[in-house]
Amino acid sequence: MSDFSAVMFRFLRAATSTTLAIVARVVTGVRPLWLGTTPSERQRVYFANHASHGDFILLTACLPPRERLRTRAVAAADYWGKTKLRRFISQDMLSSVLIERSSAERKVDPLAVMLKVLDQGDSLIIFPEGTRNMSEERLLPFKSGLYNLAVARPGIELVPCWIENMSRVLPKGEFLPVPLLCRVVFGAPIAPETNEDRAAFLVRAHDTLLKLDPRPER
Amino acid sequence: MVRFTLPMILAPYVVLAIASTVAGILSWRSGATPNPTLINLTQRINAWWVMVILMSIAFAFGKSGVILLFAFVSFAALREFVTLTYSRRSDHWVLLGIFGIILPFQYWLVWTEWYGLFTIFIPVYCFLIMPALTALRGDTERFLERIAHQQWAIMIAVYCISHVPFLLFLDIPGFQGQQIFLIIFLIVTVQGSDVLQYVFGKLFGKHRVSPNVSPSKTWEGLSGGLASASLLGAALSFMTPFSPLQAGAIAFMICTLGFLGGLVASAIKRDQGVKDWGQLIEGHGGMLDRADSLVFAAPIFFHIVRFYWTV
Repeated sequence: MSDFSAVMFRFLRAATSTTLAIVARVVTGVRPLWLGTTPSERQRVYFANHASHGDFILLTACLPPRERLRTRAVAAADYWGKTKLRRFISQDMLSSVLIERSSAERKVDPLAVMLKVLDQGDSLIIFPEGTRNMSEERLLPFKSGLYNLAVARPGIELVPCWIENMSRVLPKGEFLPVPLLCRVVFGAPIAPETNEDRAAFLVRAHDTLLKLDPRPER
Repeated sequence: MVRFTLPMILAPYVVLAIASTVAGILSWRSGATPNPTLINLTQRINAWWVMVILMSIAFAFGKSGVILLFAFVSFAALREFVTLTYSRRSDHWVLLGIFGIILPFQYWLVWTEWYGLFTIFIPVYCFLIMPALTALRGDTERFLERIAHQQWAIMIAVYCISHVPFLLFLDIPGFQGQQIFLIIFLIVTVQGSDVLQYVFGKLFGKHRVSPNVSPSKTWEGLSGGLASASLLGAALSFMTPFSPLQAGAIAFMICTLGFLGGLVASAIKRDQGVKDWGQLIEGHGGMLDRADSLVFAAPIFFHIVRFYWTV
């Protein structure tokens, strides 16, 4: 890639990110609730519940501008890499990190892809449910990626983020958002304890995230 | 003929300046650790500065400014209301219609002064078509609850509030072109009553009106607030087509309605398990926390004036 197009892509990404953050704020009046941690420019892995394409936009809209620009969402290559348009939106405009979900068909190890991004100094957003949650459950069981990241890069904080209401603003399969108020609750970072195995950690991370839901009764 | 005079335009700013000064002195005297009530009071006064400035700008633009202002109030209130209510994925298109069609169309009816459709568009057409659309989607889970929530949302946030700008088009003999003063009368008395109830309640409040619904509403605050707001209304009669006695009586009635609006809003919030509708206005909560009294007062004020004063 030439220098010129590299600069153009950087500009495109920054403009997209800023525009989307403004749109998210105008439509949803989004407020971050920093319960267990504070906004920071430390490198982090944010993990959140997932029910809408808007989730990652809402979450990044709550971050300080510099942190927002280097925070990248991990997305499914089998969805976001499927067509040229989706690849353009996800990779070029949103600078998402595409990973292959199916272990049977994949050629590249998703952990390696994510670690490469972390080693460049970027922060990540991951949705450990592995898909958009369409069930009546508030939160699906977690996939292992979160644990693998934590073990491979123990210095990076894992911050749980509960995204409220975005699934009503922009449900799966819809493309026009309904303006409803949203909040993102940021909880205290967690890390695997010594002697805590994969399954136990994933259950604990799952429950930690669920406890952040400010209105559990609905 | 009532016209805007400089003292009239400056009056709200003078009142706010006095309020800010008093709050400033109280904060200064309380030293390093002002109590939460005082902090909240200062936030409320600061928010009032912003609201008064925004209203002044809107009123300066006349008809279009007033309609846009209240369309925005409706939008913010509607967003807060719908956020709190129960909805399902199958409601998405109805919700989009509420924000994208019903809200703009109702204010377009205000703009075109189409009174006939303005009064029935929501309570007749929307109330019948919305549940029909929901039924056509085929999702019957908590059906009645969902459609009832949607209908109350547009009733409160769109229909009732849209009566405020429609006051501009009431045809009162000898009062043409001055109807904006009806809006000012309504807002000053009803919002003034809220403030006065708050002040009397903080100073003398002991006996709660409805402890289950709202712990902050007391009989002392209510009676003091209503009495002083009625006097305020009578004093403002010079800018209305009413006599001082009529203005006082009307002010008493719309402020009582305002109180009831606040009570109903509190009951809904309690039912839904939240303290405030939102966080739009620092110190006050959401738009509906501020506009709940106006919601109940506006349509009835509108119809009283229309019935007794218009031709």
